[in-house]
Amino acid sequence: MSRLHLIPLGINLKFIPKRKMFFVFSCVIVIASIFLFLSKGLNYGIDFRGGIMIEVKTQGPANIRAMRETLSGLGLGEVALQEFGAPDTVLIRVQRQPGGDQAQDPAVQKVKAALGANVDYRRTETVGPKISDELFWSGVQAVLFAIIAIMIYIWFRFEWQFGIGAIVALSHDVITTIGLFALFQFEFNLSTVAAVLTIAGYSINDTVVVYDRVRENLRKYKTLPFTDLLNKSINETLSRTVITSVTTLLALFALYFLGGEVIRDFSFAMIWGVLIGTYSSICVAVPLLLYLSVNRGTGASKTQIEATE
Amino acid sequence: MIYFAKWKIAMVLGVCLLGLTFLVPNFLSKETAEGLPDYLPHKQISLGLDLQGGVHLLIEVGVDTVIRERAESIRDDVRVTLRNAKIRYAGLGIRGTSVRVTVKDPAKVDEAVSLLSKDRIGMDIDSDGSAITLAFTEKSMTEQKVGAVEQSVEVLRKRIDALGVREPTIIRQGDERILVQVPGIKNPERLKKIIGQTAKMTFHLVDTRQLAPGRVPPGSMRVPDAQDKYQDGSPVTYLVQKRVMVSGESLVDAQPSFESRTNEAVVSFRFDTQGARKFGDVTTKNVGVPFAIILDGKVITAPVIREPILGGSGQISGRFSVQETQDLSLLLRAGALPAPLTFLEERTVGPGMGADSIAAGKIAAVVGLIAVIIFMVVGYGKFGGMADVALMMNIILIGAALSILQATLTLPGIAGVVLTIGMAVDANVLIFERIREEVAVGRTPISAVDAGYSRAITTIIDANVTTLIAAVLLYQFGSGPIRGFAVTLAIGIMTSMFTAIMLTRLMVVTWLRRTKPTKLEI
Repeated sequence: MSRLHLIPLGINLKFIPKRKMFFVFSCVIVIASIFLFLSKGLNYGIDFRGGIMIEVKTQGPANIRAMRETLSGLGLGEVALQEFGAPDTVLIRVQRQPGGDQAQDPAVQKVKAALGANVDYRRTETVGPKISDELFWSGVQAVLFAIIAIMIYIWFRFEWQFGIGAIVALSHDVITTIGLFALFQFEFNLSTVAAVLTIAGYSINDTVVVYDRVRENLRKYKTLPFTDLLNKSINETLSRTVITSVTTLLALFALYFLGGEVIRDFSFAMIWGVLIGTYSSICVAVPLLLYLSVNRGTGASKTQIEATE
Repeated sequence: MIYFAKWKIAMVLGVCLLGLTFLVPNFLSKETAEGLPDYLPHKQISLGLDLQGGVHLLIEVGVDTVIRERAESIRDDVRVTLRNAKIRYAGLGIRGTSVRVTVKDPAKVDEAVSLLSKDRIGMDIDSDGSAITLAFTEKSMTEQKVGAVEQSVEVLRKRIDALGVREPTIIRQGDERILVQVPGIKNPERLKKIIGQTAKMTFHLVDTRQLAPGRVPPGSMRVPDAQDKYQDGSPVTYLVQKRVMVSGESLVDAQPSFESRTNEAVVSFRFDTQGARKFGDVTTKNVGVPFAIILDGKVITAPVIREPILGGSGQISGRFSVQETQDLSLLLRAGALPAPLTFLEERTVGPGMGADSIAAGKIAAVVGLIAVIIFMVVGYGKFGGMADVALMMNIILIGAALSILQATLTLPGIAGVVLTIGMAVDANVLIFERIREEVAVGRTPISAVDAGYSRAITTIIDANVTTLIAAVLLYQFGSGPIRGFAVTLAIGIMTSMFTAIMLTRLMVVTWLRRTKPTKLEI
């Protein structure tokens, strides 16, 4: 029976020798992400910014322009409407109303009164300023604590050099994901934080698998030059890395195209996370070990790097 | 790694069988499942509000109002006490949450302090020269706040139960908040109206003295009408006595009904004995005078007393719709809230939306599953097929775990399951790749399988623990739907480790023993 071998056994791609290229690429996208985050900022959803979100379904295709005119006349500040998945479904966002937590609900009543009873209110979400602040900080805490906890675990299971490499790769993925959201101005909400954390988990998962092989090979090949050893480790695990990414992507694409409008942004973030996580494990996390003076027991790694370059 | 003790085989198969049995109730109707005898599994996966539709409200109780009202009543009390003792004072007022007063005669400060201290629990009374401060102790403040929140929870429970919804959740959260979750409700606006209204009702006599317009005599107050407005849009107001004739606390019953003559929708009410007596006394003395029924600071009706009302029951007619009389009776029966409520967060999902989400989630899961199944067979042949069996078992186990733990399945939770479908095969991929390598270096099938499993396991554990860490933190810091995601992700990680390490291994090993292949095609 013939079998599909995405990655043939004994493949030997030159990842490590091309590391400078990867580093430059990674630095560029990380810096660009930080720049985008600072200049354009994130398009925070109501979870973090407060405000009102109403999804309505109209009878027949929605006349968004007319609805926009009606709602803009209510004096509720910024009102944004967009078609949401289908021509008869409209997502209405109303900015957070000044006047604290009490001021939000009356605005919802106004919008509902203006739209009348002919539309089906599929969901209504109102988040006051108090909760949005809390959600924002718990989101930040969750991401920071997750990174710290994962770092501690890696530290505990491997040597510190691996911990640093894994965290650099992980931060790389998290930062560029945020950069992507800043670039496309996708809504950044609670689900996005969930996506970011899952990306963190996936990315580290990938990194751990390759690092495990590096550790094993360090014991097995005491004299192999370190660059070759790293490259060998990547290639040996490449098939697994690619296949797992493919199966995960298959599931995620199903979710993206069929899972409904509400989780489309979430699925998108995850797809990006799988791609960037796979890249960073191979092209960032492993090559970094070259510069982190990994203890090779018998031979000093430093001299061997120089010898092979 | 290739030897399986009998008890281990029994355990693996047992877990799978248990998973199946615990999943079965989910395919029955809710009624059938609940009707199952206790010794059979009967728990179903509970769907989150985003999937079954419903209202999630996070409410803040205005505990500061309660404290302020208490301080006001203490201020009035101080006034009466000092007046009765003929102690002259100045500057009586409230600062922050404490009451302050200055006694004019320095010699009487001590007397005033001792008078004010009498029977006063939960307050610190300090004097600084001639100024006296009455402040609530920290403990008393907390008790009042907690009391107000707990009382609010009780009132809300009565109100929501009276709506006849199923399985509402009403719980105190933190010091000042209440979480209300009502699944499957059709009219969220009515729910909000019924929750949000303080429903403080009082009966007052109308002050009929003829006065210059705009003047409010002491002891009276102006109260706007609930509906009537002047032509310029400002509400019609009534001048009523501040003194309360009878308050809503004296009500024992309230029901919607119809006025027999006009067929108008009204609310019939009945007072308790004490309230009935008070109401009888006042109406006897004030025939011909109008009285006002005030609800949350607005006059709903102000009829003239035609004859003494002695029976302790009556009707409120305020040009209500039938729905309004139903709601008002419900509110009056449940009692008033001790403090005003503010909605901090509202998330309402209509039933149609929830059903659409479930349908979309199912399709995504099935398509994702089929794609992964095909891919694995193409990639690993019969080994892939075994991994696929494990994958399906994995989904069954996730469903069973969700049913047993009664964890809530949310839309992000479904996303978590779909993601798990993609990631669950990872453990098998790791093992199979390892076996391929071992075969390539020339090991016999049995030895290759053995080495493949034993070497891959540490990697599998390391890789999964990190994802588990992320899931735990998500649960810790996330709320609502996100927690649902964290739960399915965490469960998925654990079940996939079990199915990959135990179940596929059992299948692979059994196959090896049966066929004794000389060459491993993987």
